[in-house]
Amino acid sequence: MNHEMVRLIEPLIPALRRYARALMRERAAADDLVQDCLERAISRWHQRRPGDDSRAWMFTILHNLAMTRLRRTTQRPVHIGLDDADPASLASAARQEDGLRHRDLLDALAQLPEEQRTVLLLVTVEELSYADAARVLDIPIGTVMSRLSRARERLAKLMSAEPRTARQSPHLRSVK
Amino acid sequence: MTPLPITEDDLNGFVDGTLTPDRRAEVSAYLDAHPHIGRRIAVYGEQRDMLRDAFAPVIDEPVPTELDLSRMMAERRLPRQAPRWAMAAAAVLLLSVGAVGGWSLRGMGPSASEGVQALAREAAASYATYVPDQVRPVEIRASDRDVLAAWTAKRVGRPIGIPDLTAAGYRLMGGRVVPTEHGPAALFMFDDDRGTRLVMLARPMKAEPALPMSPHADGALNGFAWADDGLGYSLVGMVAPDRLHPLADEVRRQIRSEA
Repeated sequence: MNHEMVRLIEPLIPALRRYARALMRERAAADDLVQDCLERAISRWHQRRPGDDSRAWMFTILHNLAMTRLRRTTQRPVHIGLDDADPASLASAARQEDGLRHRDLLDALAQLPEEQRTVLLLVTVEELSYADAARVLDIPIGTVMSRLSRARERLAKLMSAEPRTARQSPHLRSVK
Repeated sequence: MTPLPITEDDLNGFVDGTLTPDRRAEVSAYLDAHPHIGRRIAVYGEQRDMLRDAFAPVIDEPVPTELDLSRMMAERRLPRQAPRWAMAAAAVLLLSVGAVGGWSLRGMGPSASEGVQALAREAAASYATYVPDQVRPVEIRASDRDVLAAWTAKRVGRPIGIPDLTAAGYRLMGGRVVPTEHGPAALFMFDDDRGTRLVMLARPMKAEPALPMSPHADGALNGFAWADDGLGYSLVGMVAPDRLHPLADEVRRQIRSEA
């Protein structure tokens, strides 16, 4: 059982770290989340039903832990402004212009409602099938599709409306 | 045959590459014929590529030591994602109990400590049965504490200390004798001003007469179980582990000092 678990879960760890990083933004917080996720997976491995896809199963655990944690922090908003976030912790070693484009993108991504951001990340970055994304988020596939559409539309709008070069001043992002 | 109308789902499927080749060709033709929509879909494709690019470096990072799965499994952490403070507490217990009881970390593994697992199950089952009971959660009320103590002692075969948690805000409601796989057990129930109820279950532990405290969880129901001097105890409640743990410590302390 242990060998099977290692064989199935270990290759997923880089992707789990990536999704965690996208949600938590900060490297330490993201890895802490993945660690909790792995611990939980170890203790619950025996509860997995036969036929459960291990990738969707792991992302479900990770996603739920992330949501619990994010909701806890939003109650007492300690917001790391995007401009304070260490760009290297998100996308390191990118060429500078890429870095700026990524910043714009991540900036816009951060402005999406959480339910749209998570769908978009799971489908585009993690390349989960719509069915697996529905499983991870515990919503019907139809809801995945409509959130995905809205996420794409909104992200496009944010990206076209707010090119970094056109910004006059550092934008303020109020959290209260 | 007239092609099916193109839907938003088709457009998303086009971006995500989930369409069949035939459908893909139809959508592609549609986008050529409707450049306005074609541009929108092209932007979505760019979005996807940029998002992948932005997070791609994470994949190439070496996986930190703390996330080495094989090592984590070898170390066999506490069952059920015990928070890290519990690890620390367990380590302290290990130091203090290990010398006396020869207890090892394996005792905390999911399968090693049968006794604690059984105790945890029994406590959770009693909780599920009696705590939601609005009519008669307990058989003997706290006002008849002496009767309760005598009854449980007689049925369990040994006197079971009834802890006093008023300092922590929990009053004794009362208790009863409950059946378990391992014979009769004593159940004591407590509540606080907000109606949060705790259940303490105690019964003889023949196989493992002494066990350090360890956390267990069943959904939102948390518990701490331990064994002392041949009796096993579990304190359970819908209370966060970091609040339940000191209560369990207090219960154990009181029972030890009475013994």
